[in-house]
Amino acid sequence: MKVLVAVKRVVDYNVKVRVKADNSGVDLANVKMSMNPFCEIAVEEAVRLKEKGVATEIVVVSVGPSTAQEQLRTALALGADRAILVESAEDLTSLAVAKLLKAVVDKEQPQLVILGKQAIDSDNNQTGQMLAALSGYGQGTFASKVEVSGDSVAVTREIDGGAQTVSLKLPAIVTTDLRLNEPRYASLPNIMKAKKKPLETLTPDALGVSTASTNKTLKVEAPAARSAGIKVKSVAELVEKLKNEAKVI
Amino acid sequence: MTILVIAEHDNKVLAPATLNTVAAAAKIGGDIHVLVAGQGAGAVAEAAAKIAGVSKVLNADNAAYAHQLPENIAPLVAELGKGYSHILAAATSNGKNILPRVAAALDVDQISEIISVESADTFKRPIYAGNAIATVQSNAAVKVITVRATGFDPVAAEGGSAAVEAVAVAHDAGISSFVGEELAKSDRPELTAAKIVVSGGRGMQNGDNFKHLYALADKLGAAVGASRAAVDAGFVPNDMQVGQTGKIVAPQLYIAVGISGAIQHLAGMKDSKVIVAINKDEEAPIFQVADYGLVADLFEAIPELEKLV
Repeated sequence: MKVLVAVKRVVDYNVKVRVKADNSGVDLANVKMSMNPFCEIAVEEAVRLKEKGVATEIVVVSVGPSTAQEQLRTALALGADRAILVESAEDLTSLAVAKLLKAVVDKEQPQLVILGKQAIDSDNNQTGQMLAALSGYGQGTFASKVEVSGDSVAVTREIDGGAQTVSLKLPAIVTTDLRLNEPRYASLPNIMKAKKKPLETLTPDALGVSTASTNKTLKVEAPAARSAGIKVKSVAELVEKLKNEAKVI
Repeated sequence: MTILVIAEHDNKVLAPATLNTVAAAAKIGGDIHVLVAGQGAGAVAEAAAKIAGVSKVLNADNAAYAHQLPENIAPLVAELGKGYSHILAAATSNGKNILPRVAAALDVDQISEIISVESADTFKRPIYAGNAIATVQSNAAVKVITVRATGFDPVAAEGGSAAVEAVAVAHDAGISSFVGEELAKSDRPELTAAKIVVSGGRGMQNGDNFKHLYALADKLGAAVGASRAAVDAGFVPNDMQVGQTGKIVAPQLYIAVGISGAIQHLAGMKDSKVIVAINKDEEAPIFQVADYGLVADLFEAIPELEKLV
């Protein structure tokens, strides 16, 4: 079966971002960008499904600026077969991205679509669910285990009190949680080979999708800083401070 | 303006996060209705009717809603929600699972995990693991929003006397089914609602050593949390994880033991009132956010702390 994986180019998770002085957003100039960590897990899961003989083709798709080609090449080096870039310079909302992905799903007709559970920049945790709604497919969000059998997929999900397993009819949407797998690294020969794999570029216009949004970001600010704390010398002093100064125990 | 709040429950008990969500609804202003979708959840509907400020409870009782499957519940919420100005749910695993599906069905953008209400159409929410706060305005006809519980003090669970109305709308998409679940058992307070949280990280070295934290937590009436490192190493189950990808907590007192303080962990606990860090590495980033820091070996400090509190 064909598996479609969506990946996002985001600021690297180790970077401590700074808010711009004019409060229009965070400063991403000259900041290291990477594939969103949850998307890496999604790519890895697709590759494992292919290694198990469940998946026959992996198509990786990204919605974003032309520089997102780097992340698509990374996914190709990890084992995806071909890539699609839906190029848009604008900052799109999750709903707009879900609509664009729906257009790609209609075109490609995958049996399984794997996304990350959330992107570490916008922290929205919406796109997979929205894509599932738009395509009318079942959704297995926050997946820690995925097992395809016949025309259904069993997804074990991380929920607040533990784990839950649901069974979904294929085609279905899965979003990955951290513990689904440990993503591999791309080897140098595979990075070289990935340069020759096909990468198709589309635009929202070509897909006939409007990316208009009902949300507007008015400003972005730095969070309130915590006032500097103190170092205590002993456990006794700590307990004394907690009891008498902070009054929390 | 009428606001629809989706109740968080397990068919037996109304989850406390619903009270924080109603508090956010009260800040927006207007009539507040609560939807209880489930199977045999009459007791939950009764409890919802008693929440202060709620004027009506809708009880949708159907076998298809028993396990909160989004494929069945989202169409119900979207259909009922058309007449409302706002649809709110707690940013729990159910809320996060269901609500974006509702938003897409209504063709509107969602606002996730709001921490404050600026006005009826403007909200604040953290982005980049809490390293920036965005103010977002929505001009959607129906504003679909998840609420971060720690951003709002809960309303009173008693005092209201709303009417409970049965809703007959049935949706069964027939594309998903519940197979089973494994819930972690714990006698301690729930992590996201606890007044005191004691968390362990990689520095605990193994799962067995968490017994020191459990002993301390039991003495303090605290919940026990963990960093991703501790969960990934298999010391404790993953539903104990505090952070950007785990649970968000804001207790009165957060004690971080053997936790370095990575950005992703801080995202889950830096709104705690008082933060205590116990770490033997005095350069650990956790000390930059700690109100009280103790540079010490946790295996000596924790038993001593347990004795003294």
